Amino acid sequence: MRILLVDDEQELVSTICERLRLRGIEAEWATSSKDALKQTAIKDFDVAVLDIKMPRIGGFELKKSLQACCPHMKFIFMTGYGSEQDFKTIIEEFGQDNYLFKPVDIEELITKIALVCA
Amino acid sequence: MVTETSLGTNMWNRIKPKFWNYHYVTGKSSRWMFNYRRIWKQAVLTTAVVSLLPLIVITAVAYNLTHRAAEAELVASTSRLVSNTRRTVTAFLAERQEALKFIIADNSLEALKTPKRLREILKNLQMAVGGFVDIGIIDATGRQIAYEGPYELEGKDYSQDQCFTVASSKGSCISHMVMGFRNQPHLVITVKRSFSASSNTMLRSSIDTEKFHELLKRIDIGAHGDIFIINRQGELQTPSHRYGSLFTRIPMEAPPYAEHTQVYETVNKDAPLIIGYAFIPDTEFILMIVKDKHERMRPWLETRIKLLGFLLISVVAVLGVILSVSTFLVHNIFLADQKRLAALHHAEYTNKLASIGRMAASVAHEINNPLAVINEKAGLIKDWFTLTSKYTEDPMVLQPIDAILYSVKRAGKITKRMLTFARNLASSIEEIHVDDIIKEVLHFLGKEAEYRDISIRTAFPYDLPVIRSDRGKLEQIFINVINNAYAAMKDGGHLDIEISTDSNGIAVTIADDGCGIPEEDIERIFEPFFSTKTGESGTGLGLSITYNLVHEIGGNIKVKSQVGRGTQFTIRLPLQIEPTKENLNADTVG
Repeated sequence: MRILLVDDEQELVSTICERLRLRGIEAEWATSSKDALKQTAIKDFDVAVLDIKMPRIGGFELKKSLQACCPHMKFIFMTGYGSEQDFKTIIEEFGQDNYLFKPVDIEELITKIALVCA
Repeated sequence: MVTETSLGTNMWNRIKPKFWNYHYVTGKSSRWMFNYRRIWKQAVLTTAVVSLLPLIVITAVAYNLTHRAAEAELVASTSRLVSNTRRTVTAFLAERQEALKFIIADNSLEALKTPKRLREILKNLQMAVGGFVDIGIIDATGRQIAYEGPYELEGKDYSQDQCFTVASSKGSCISHMVMGFRNQPHLVITVKRSFSASSNTMLRSSIDTEKFHELLKRIDIGAHGDIFIINRQGELQTPSHRYGSLFTRIPMEAPPYAEHTQVYETVNKDAPLIIGYAFIPDTEFILMIVKDKHERMRPWLETRIKLLGFLLISVVAVLGVILSVSTFLVHNIFLADQKRLAALHHAEYTNKLASIGRMAASVAHEINNPLAVINEKAGLIKDWFTLTSKYTEDPMVLQPIDAILYSVKRAGKITKRMLTFARNLASSIEEIHVDDIIKEVLHFLGKEAEYRDISIRTAFPYDLPVIRSDRGKLEQIFINVINNAYAAMKDGGHLDIEISTDSNGIAVTIADDGCGIPEEDIERIFEPFFSTKTGESGTGLGLSITYNLVHEIGGNIKVKSQVGRGTQFTIRLPLQIEPTKENLNADTVG
């Protein structure tokens, strides 16, 4: 199983990546949507964990681009904002289980990854 | 002891309407739009002029008309009285003259010379006509050849008598009042007959003066009025209680001859007099009636007092109604204005809270990022200890610890900024770099711009003057205007913020390339509750409050816009706020 983590906060995304690797999960990270698209062109990923608010291209838009190139890919969203509008969109589209609020608990993330892959 | 002035002041303070002193706080801000005292004065003055002017004009016209009518009636009644009295006097004299003419025509000279016959004639005349005192026969030489009466006048010479001369030529004469041989005032009627071609004989009779006077005594002309007869030299022929006894010359010129009755007005000893006169035909007599104008006009003067009283009561009543209605209306405007202000204050407060809410959400998001990093770094260190065999001495540990410390520092900066913002909500005047405030505001609002790919260009001159103003209000102004620009722009838009300076102050121009404002709306955008935002986000208060805030700190805000091209707000700020009551209060609060 290979995970792609995308967030504009490099320290955050790299650390989560490191912690997943320590748990034996193969993970890569990207700090922009552009970088994420580059990575997916090289490797296949089963799950993408995306930050909703990112400069220029946000998580929802990136999801559309990723779905186009990797139709089998599953998605989990992270947000530090948790605005009402974001909340509604996520629940309508993915159900309650597919989002996480920052700061993210690593075990919760792994559980969610397992859930979306099941 | 209470003085009269302080009593008046106390009274005034008690009845003074609440709005009376409120115009002192009228400022540039639209918070105080009405000068209640001026509105009240205008209302009172306009309604008083409109309602009282016609009343006063109508009363003045009515006053003039009734005055003229009363005067005309006085003149007419005087004229009537003079004419009637003239007829009476003329008839009295003519009757006696005709009687004498009949006697002389009916008797022979011989019979008339006979004392017995003359006595009979006198007796018959006194019985039938009355008013005859004596009777005498005068021959052509003027000598009285026969006489019957109470005086010893037989043989007296009347050749120099005026009446003798006039009767000789005209056939008859009525004399004016004379003293004669009897040395008593009397008037004489003389008639002539020519018994032969060469000799004229005259019948001469004196008239009872009392009877003559009685003609006038019976006439009622008021307590101060007077009726008398004068001769053409102006000498009294009947007694006058105004000018004296017989033969006294009256203190005015005898009036000029007129065929008909005349009435005129004159002033004697400051008292206006109405004088009517008429010439008695075939005599020297002029009948005169003098009326005291004030006395005869008294009924009209009473009417005049009633009229003026009515006017005065009407004016007082109308003024009373005007004052109470104007006070009531202006008081209601005042109350409505107070409610409007309270609503505006409430809206402003709500907007402030909404700003805080927005800030809090923005700050929470910003803090969440460093917290997430701290969380992951700490989690990673824990993982190393629990999931791997590495130890704390390992240099790999230092990197996540540094990252933790950096993130804590970041979170600290954000919370500090949040506290600064919260502190600035309280009003205070201080020295301010406007560019710093805009930068601060952009820090808060910058994330949204970043996410929506909005590019912000700022042009701040490096020698920008320091101004004295209210930091909290300025922050709120810029947040509102920039938020407004964000709402108008699509993602990827451009926002230009420029500051320029001149001698009066500085001008901040905030221009977006958003949807713009239609021309018909541009004048209304600063009105409370006006909104073009269709979504639930627009309360219609943001720009209204911004407008008030700008005016409160002594500046002004102008807007230029073009639909589809964008909107440009220019906020001009003075170098220093002029102290107003509100700012002084704010100072003490801050």
